Amino acid sequence: METIRFTLNGRPTSLEVDGDRMLLWVLRGELELTGTKFGCGAGLCGACTVVVDGEPVRSCRLAMRDVRGKDITTIEGLARDGKLHPLQEQFIEHGALQCGFCTSGMIMNAHGMLQKNPRPTREQIVAGMDDNLCRCAAHKRILEAIEAVAGTK
Amino acid sequence: MKDSESGLEVPETAHAGLAIDRRQFLKLVGSGILVTFFVGDLAVLDADAQRRDYPADFNAYLRIGADGRVTVWSGKVEMGQGVITSLAQMAAEELGVALEAIDMVLGDTQLCPWDMGTFGSMSTRFFGPALRGAAAEARAVLLELASAHLQAPVAKLRVADGAVFLASDPHTRVTFGQLAGGRRIERHLAGKPALRSFAEFTVSGQPARRRDGFAKVTGTAKYAGDMRLPGMFYARLLRPPAHDATLKSVDTSGAGKLPGVIVVNQGGLVAVLHADPEVAARALDAIKATFDVPPATVDTDTIFDHLLRVAPPPEEHERRGNPAAGEKAAATLFEHRYENGYGAHAPMETHTALASVEGDKVTVWTSTQTPFPNQQQVAQALGIAPEKVHVITPFVGGGFGGKSGAGLQAVEAARLAKIVGRPVQVAWTRAEEFFYDAFRPAAVVKIKSGIDGGGRIVLWDHRVYWAGSRSAEQFYDVPNSAVLTYGQWGRDAAGAHPFATGPWRAPGANLNVFARESQIDIMAASAKADPLEFRLANTSDPRMRSVLRAAAERFGWRKSPAGAGRGQGIGCGIDAGAYVALAAEVAVDKGTGSVAVKRIVCAQDMGQVINPDGARMQMEGCVTMGLGYALSETLRFKGGDVLVHNFNAYEIPRFSGLPAIEAILVKNDALTPQGGGEPAIVPVGAAIANAICDATGARLFQMPMTPERVKKALAG
Ligand code: FES
Ligand code: FES
Repeated sequence: METIRFTLNGRPTSLEVDGDRMLLWVLRGELELTGTKFGCGAGLCGACTVVVDGEPVRSCRLAMRDVRGKDITTIEGLARDGKLHPLQEQFIEHGALQCGFCTSGMIMNAHGMLQKNPRPTREQIVAGMDDNLCRCAAHKRILEAIEAVAGTK
Repeated sequence: MKDSESGLEVPETAHAGLAIDRRQFLKLVGSGILVTFFVGDLAVLDADAQRRDYPADFNAYLRIGADGRVTVWSGKVEMGQGVITSLAQMAAEELGVALEAIDMVLGDTQLCPWDMGTFGSMSTRFFGPALRGAAAEARAVLLELASAHLQAPVAKLRVADGAVFLASDPHTRVTFGQLAGGRRIERHLAGKPALRSFAEFTVSGQPARRRDGFAKVTGTAKYAGDMRLPGMFYARLLRPPAHDATLKSVDTSGAGKLPGVIVVNQGGLVAVLHADPEVAARALDAIKATFDVPPATVDTDTIFDHLLRVAPPPEEHERRGNPAAGEKAAATLFEHRYENGYGAHAPMETHTALASVEGDKVTVWTSTQTPFPNQQQVAQALGIAPEKVHVITPFVGGGFGGKSGAGLQAVEAARLAKIVGRPVQVAWTRAEEFFYDAFRPAAVVKIKSGIDGGGRIVLWDHRVYWAGSRSAEQFYDVPNSAVLTYGQWGRDAAGAHPFATGPWRAPGANLNVFARESQIDIMAASAKADPLEFRLANTSDPRMRSVLRAAAERFGWRKSPAGAGRGQGIGCGIDAGAYVALAAEVAVDKGTGSVAVKRIVCAQDMGQVINPDGARMQMEGCVTMGLGYALSETLRFKGGDVLVHNFNAYEIPRFSGLPAIEAILVKNDALTPQGGGEPAIVPVGAAIANAICDATGARLFQMPMTPERVKKALAG
């Protein structure tokens, strides 16, 4: 057990945890933030994506000890002051979801991608999103939603 | 519990219901105007209802309460297909209330009447008209009540926005809530109600935003794995290395030494439990077990010959004319065999359940397409009456037919919860999901067909092994035609498949259409006819002709010469009452054999369209998902050992493989709504196979059409 301090959705957070534990399970467990999903546990699907210091990261592969001092945003922290983030708005607007299980990861991955490159081309969006899987196959609308936010369409 | 964004409501009032007979059912619902109705196939419901004391003549109901809100209860579930939007839209339309005034209560065995499950395209197709009928009945009751209240004949009344008013004076009005409050009116819908005509609708036929959109983009939508109870454990279970393996020895002492870990070894259930799922996973790793694994007799490549060998005798599904006469009339005969391997459903949400046992009652939150059959399965496993089991279905993270099976994870969670006396969650890992899935069966289709000297099809003999007859029905004008099936998925299957099989989005149809439409192109080429013209010349079915024309026109069929390595293909089919035609353009890399699909136009006639945007979304999803079965999804196995453990070994469609997709709805308002969740996936493999052949001259007879297989076909 160690004390790990980090910023979570804009709030300073301090936890007594085993540093080997993966962020995904801490989020879904004691932090009760179940919007971040488990899909594969091996970094292969992106359902667990969160944004860490501006980068999209797979929380199923991120140990708590590497979270120390970091700034973490999860899907629950994206809307601010009761107002949806543009990505959230455009996902609804474009119908970019069906079962919704991949949606948190899709939005957070896109959020991280856009922080690094606010005006990506379609090719860059495809490359940036390619390792996020959606079995309902909402791909077309997910791309359109992201393009709408990026202002590239 | 109420999620106001989604309109999904889980009232906490009704936890006393035990033996749920008709009267108690209705009592639970409360006061107001209540209409009970029936969705689906009455014969099936009857048989089930007689076995279990459920109401025999309804499986859904609708109530208008004193607050003016309209609630619909049904055992169907929302798994991404958008029923909570499309069905609410229909009820709103028929009743004359705002969409926001409708609440949908789904998939709860204690609140909803019995329902066999949510499969395929049934929800809108069967549920829609029934719900519409119930809403029309409720509207008639409201009009009668309002007529007395406002002292005016019904003919002089109008309905809008949840109120009835005088046509001549809209201010003289009474709301639904005022009419429904303080009374109890019960109607059962037996006959056909007078529905409003489709042309009058203002809500349906217009795009509606998903009602679950807000919950799903904010991470607040709850799935089975998101349910939390005080003191709950996460369980991991010991699994065999192959389906036919038997446990020889097990040593759990290492797991038991981990602090806080509970070990269960009872009645074939070997499990470790902990309050932290990662500790449970480590505990599982610490278990030492040995298994007897019989030698494998089949694998990914040998399965097709095996399936032909063990196939049961055929059943004739459809027949016209006389095949022998067709063979005589044919100038040219064609005989080919088509194959499709096993396929995984691979929903992003793995099978998950949380079970809690209190006294003699069990509550299970589970990810399923079949909550009521699951209730039965859990009851049976625990040796208790089904009424003691309450199954609740939160949002389901994808099903595609894969969550309609034995409810194994719910049974495991319930058994463990009973043993340890604490709530238990069982969430399958991805490897477990790829192991216990009821896979789409590997299957074979053999077709013998013939054309006369004028390019008319005179013979069609279609034999399906292990996939069933779906979408094999003949719509070409063939005088001598037969469809025979040898074995079905999910039945007669002992000794056929090395693991469980079950329905996969449009079960069997993808292979049947791949085979038929490939064979059609082969004949067209032999007759030196354009594939589109050949189809049009051989079918007089007006719906098929119109979708073929619509797809070809928008696609620009054969308008411009395809570049090097490029090709165009077309395919069509009927599924769940909808007609669909799909044109595809591919680019084939002859060096690597890899196929890039550049463009797809899909035209669909699905009768009246309740929610056009939702329908197009489903079509795009079908087309995109279809790329996987057509090109990449290979379930490798050796005997009962599934060699796929995660997504790195099972390639589902990704953004980089996405073609430009256009989904066109061909108007047909004279027909009630037909299926929308599956039809467009049906011709994807066929159109791509035909496009590959157009690009390269190589004909593929097996799906998925992987680079290796394309290279092999190119080498001849
Ligand atoms: S759960 Fe983390 S990438 Fe799939
Ligand atoms: S919406 Fe279901 S997995 Fe993407």
